[in-house]
Amino acid sequence: MLDMYSGLRALRAGLDAGRTSPGELFAMCRNEIARRDDGVKAFLTLVDDDPETQRRLRGEGPDAGYAGYAADGAAREGEAEFASDGTAPDGRSGSAGALAGIPYALKDNICTAGIVTTCASRILAGYTPPHTATAVRRLAQAGGRLLGKLNMDEFAMGSSTENSARFPTRNPWDLERVPGGSSGGAAAAVAAGMAPYALGSDTGGSIRQPAAYCGVVGLKPTYGRVSRFGLVAFASSLDQIGPLTHSVADAALVLQQIAGHDPRDGTSARVETPDFSRGLTGDISGLRIGVAREYFSEGVDDGVRRKVEEAIALLAKLGARVREVSLPHTRYALSTYYLIAPAEASSNLARYDGVRYGYRAKDADNLVDMYSKTRSEGFGAEVKRRILIGTYALSSGYYDAYYKRAQQVRTLIRRDFDEAFADVDVIVSPTTPTTAFRLGEKVDDPLTMYMNDVCTIPVNLAGLPAISVPCGLDRGLPVGLQFIGRMFDEVTLLGAAYVYERAAGHSPLRPRFAPEVTGHGV
Amino acid sequence: MAFETVIGLEVHVELGTKTKIFCNCANEFGAAPNTRVCPVCLGSPGVLPVLNAEALALGIRAALALNCEVRASSKFDRKNYFYPDSPKAYQISQYDEPIGERGYVEIVVGGGVKRIGVTRVHLEEDAGKLNHSPLGDYSLVDLNRVGVPLIEIVSEPDIRTPEEARLYMEEVRSILRYCNVSDCRMEEGSLRCDANISLRPAGQRAFGTKTEIKNMNSFRNVQRGLEYEQRRQAEALAAGGEIRQQTLRWDEASERTILMRSKEDAHDYRYFPEPDLARVELSAEYIAARRAEIPELPADKRERFVRQYGLPAYDASVLTASRALAEYFDAVAALVRDAKSASNWIMGDLLAHLKVTGQEIEQVNMTPQQLAQLIGLIDDGTISTRIAKTVLRDVLEQGKDPRVLIEEQGLAQISDEAALRAIAQRVIEANPKSVEDYRAGKEKALGALVGQMMKETKGKANPQMVNRMIADMIAGD
Ligand SMILES: [Zn+2]
Repeated sequence: MLDMYSGLRALRAGLDAGRTSPGELFAMCRNEIARRDDGVKAFLTLVDDDPETQRRLRGEGPDAGYAGYAADGAAREGEAEFASDGTAPDGRSGSAGALAGIPYALKDNICTAGIVTTCASRILAGYTPPHTATAVRRLAQAGGRLLGKLNMDEFAMGSSTENSARFPTRNPWDLERVPGGSSGGAAAAVAAGMAPYALGSDTGGSIRQPAAYCGVVGLKPTYGRVSRFGLVAFASSLDQIGPLTHSVADAALVLQQIAGHDPRDGTSARVETPDFSRGLTGDISGLRIGVAREYFSEGVDDGVRRKVEEAIALLAKLGARVREVSLPHTRYALSTYYLIAPAEASSNLARYDGVRYGYRAKDADNLVDMYSKTRSEGFGAEVKRRILIGTYALSSGYYDAYYKRAQQVRTLIRRDFDEAFADVDVIVSPTTPTTAFRLGEKVDDPLTMYMNDVCTIPVNLAGLPAISVPCGLDRGLPVGLQFIGRMFDEVTLLGAAYVYERAAGHSPLRPRFAPEVTGHGV
Repeated sequence: MAFETVIGLEVHVELGTKTKIFCNCANEFGAAPNTRVCPVCLGSPGVLPVLNAEALALGIRAALALNCEVRASSKFDRKNYFYPDSPKAYQISQYDEPIGERGYVEIVVGGGVKRIGVTRVHLEEDAGKLNHSPLGDYSLVDLNRVGVPLIEIVSEPDIRTPEEARLYMEEVRSILRYCNVSDCRMEEGSLRCDANISLRPAGQRAFGTKTEIKNMNSFRNVQRGLEYEQRRQAEALAAGGEIRQQTLRWDEASERTILMRSKEDAHDYRYFPEPDLARVELSAEYIAARRAEIPELPADKRERFVRQYGLPAYDASVLTASRALAEYFDAVAALVRDAKSASNWIMGDLLAHLKVTGQEIEQVNMTPQQLAQLIGLIDDGTISTRIAKTVLRDVLEQGKDPRVLIEEQGLAQISDEAALRAIAQRVIEANPKSVEDYRAGKEKALGALVGQMMKETKGKANPQMVNRMIADMIAGD
């Protein structure tokens, strides 16, 4: 019987065989949401399955948002050769493809024309963008059906989704625990079977860490692989959109649809989009896997360590050549990240001033008063903390010591990976040092909270692709295994993760409340 | 005590691209407020800038025309500040790696050529416009101008007088207009100027404390604003006072500078590299192609006009004021015997006509070939200079060839000896008094007789022939 754990190929086959319909799949998701989301609280906004919404997200019709930004034809002068003419380049499928008729959900920092997009922040309460993110437009063009928008840490700043201005999301494996963050709603929705897949965003681990905590697959593509147009910026040089799914194969299918150069994103790479499913052969004999000691520091839980070591042993048994690599600058990654990301954020978030959209404070005496009241009332504590850190790091007299220095260290971290990848094809590590922690446990201790991302942050600093796949349970909670790949080598990365996933037999991981139903039905 | 004035200019020029620098909105002046905007230039959440290739090309062309070295690799930076004219709360600009550096502009001053250094040329986006209510109780924001591509041209502190500042501005405008980089209309704000000015005792090397003047929105105001500030500083220093580092605004109505902010209020713009834009990497071929787009520039044209056509320096500078005018002159001069006659007609009657009608040379109803034809008809004696002025007016009105107009109106000079002799005979007989006076040695009397003759022929008689003929006939009587 099909459900949202079945995987995208099974859903496709069900649709093709007439055993189910897009409307029925959408209704199944809505049923699960009705059943589960009072407890999980993953969704901020639900979207009805109406053709008008789908059409608007495809960028068609008079109300599709700003005409110039609704269709791929809006390529800039001199870039026309990169624009789509409505056909599907780069191996993207059209409305008869892999994702047609299949529901999905979006983290609420990904813009959807005509649908409220808030970044789970009070300052964007009620904000409805006139434009749609390129990644979403591509899903809509492929026939995807949007279920709704998902909870997150405000402006993607956090590791637990407790920084949402609306409410915290809970981990489907244990409602007293966090789902991770910042894409906590996305991971929880997929883990709870409320959506077959979701898009999140990853700035320092925001896809992989919640994927690990919720027992799903989370892929952060290479920086530049997926257009950031329509992703509300947190830290522009680190942000990347990616899928959360139940399997590596599903991640490859979704990536296929959202990847590719976008003339509206000057940082989207002009590289060929390969067939990401190409590497899913099940053969890794000869693959060189690196293990970096730096990712197994004293902060890593014994249970997590054990699971990850078992996984590495399994990979070796499957024919991979495992060797140790050194990433000596890893210990500076966290502090580097917490200078660069807040610096960029302090500038990216400056536009939320109450002048044009979103929240505006009442009773301001003058312009500056309006700015400061609006931002004081509109932003949550963590966002303010990072704006302050970032503003400080960029200030005259401090720039060289903080921001510039951090950029130099970032180069060293990137070089570490370059050197390691001279000897290995992928690097394996825990995704997170621990399993999901309890709600409220770390909320007053930002530094401990930041430690959650110690294994994922270096990857963003280097711009590399990485994926987290479930590697079993530790005391009833999912553990994530991270694979890190070379720049733009998602094919090898996915191939390695796929072999592990198949051999380990963990995926799809079903939380206790969603046991597999056998027998006949849809 | 004698003071030396030191001036440096920061000139902002809007580039004449079809679309804005980071989005597809039209780059147009004068549209209804907030109608040339999109999510990108409005800074909506989630949008990204993409560099307009045409803006980059015009910026590089401008930098090369200003004799700058162009960087093979440059980058954009964010300049952060809160103000409603900037919807992103930062301006995308270039901080430490501008597209062009170490250039210069030459001006003609006091009969010689003076070189003013150009420190840098960088690309950036324009901000919006705020219209403050008369009572100051609200401000209206127009964001049409947000994202219009700009170059900022920063001069070295090489300028020594307000007049030099104006000449430098005029030369920069002329160069950029020649290159089709911008229309440089100060009245529309597509050319704007801020000035730094300081005074120092003559002979001292160290600079004095400077003030910055903004809002000088015409060439005249640039000179007047600086003259005012020069005087103000000189008087303050002479009285033993001190200059404070301030930003001032030139107020045209009261003809004085007004304090905007002092040094203590200076912003910390927290510049950092713009992460949304890739570095600008330029190949040698690309730079060479931009260089090849630069036409002969005004200074070279001036020099050539003097050398090739033997024109006075003054004529050369008037005729090269715009590229279109210079090309018009070039075209006429190529077709006439004496280039100076082309210069005279263009600088005289034609420019007067442009001034009266408010036209640009491009709009004028007379081709260079038509003007050359007219000059040729004077040269070969078909019409007199006086008739030519009438014909010119008719050409400008009707666009017909001079030859056709002369034919239609029967304006050709009477150069027929016999016909003129008959008329001259009549004039001599009808004016015995003048003839008598001339014989008595009053040279002036001949003029009266010639005038009578021109009247009889409605001005068409060839004046040289008439002069000679009457004198001969009286002498031969
Ligand atoms: Zn625009």
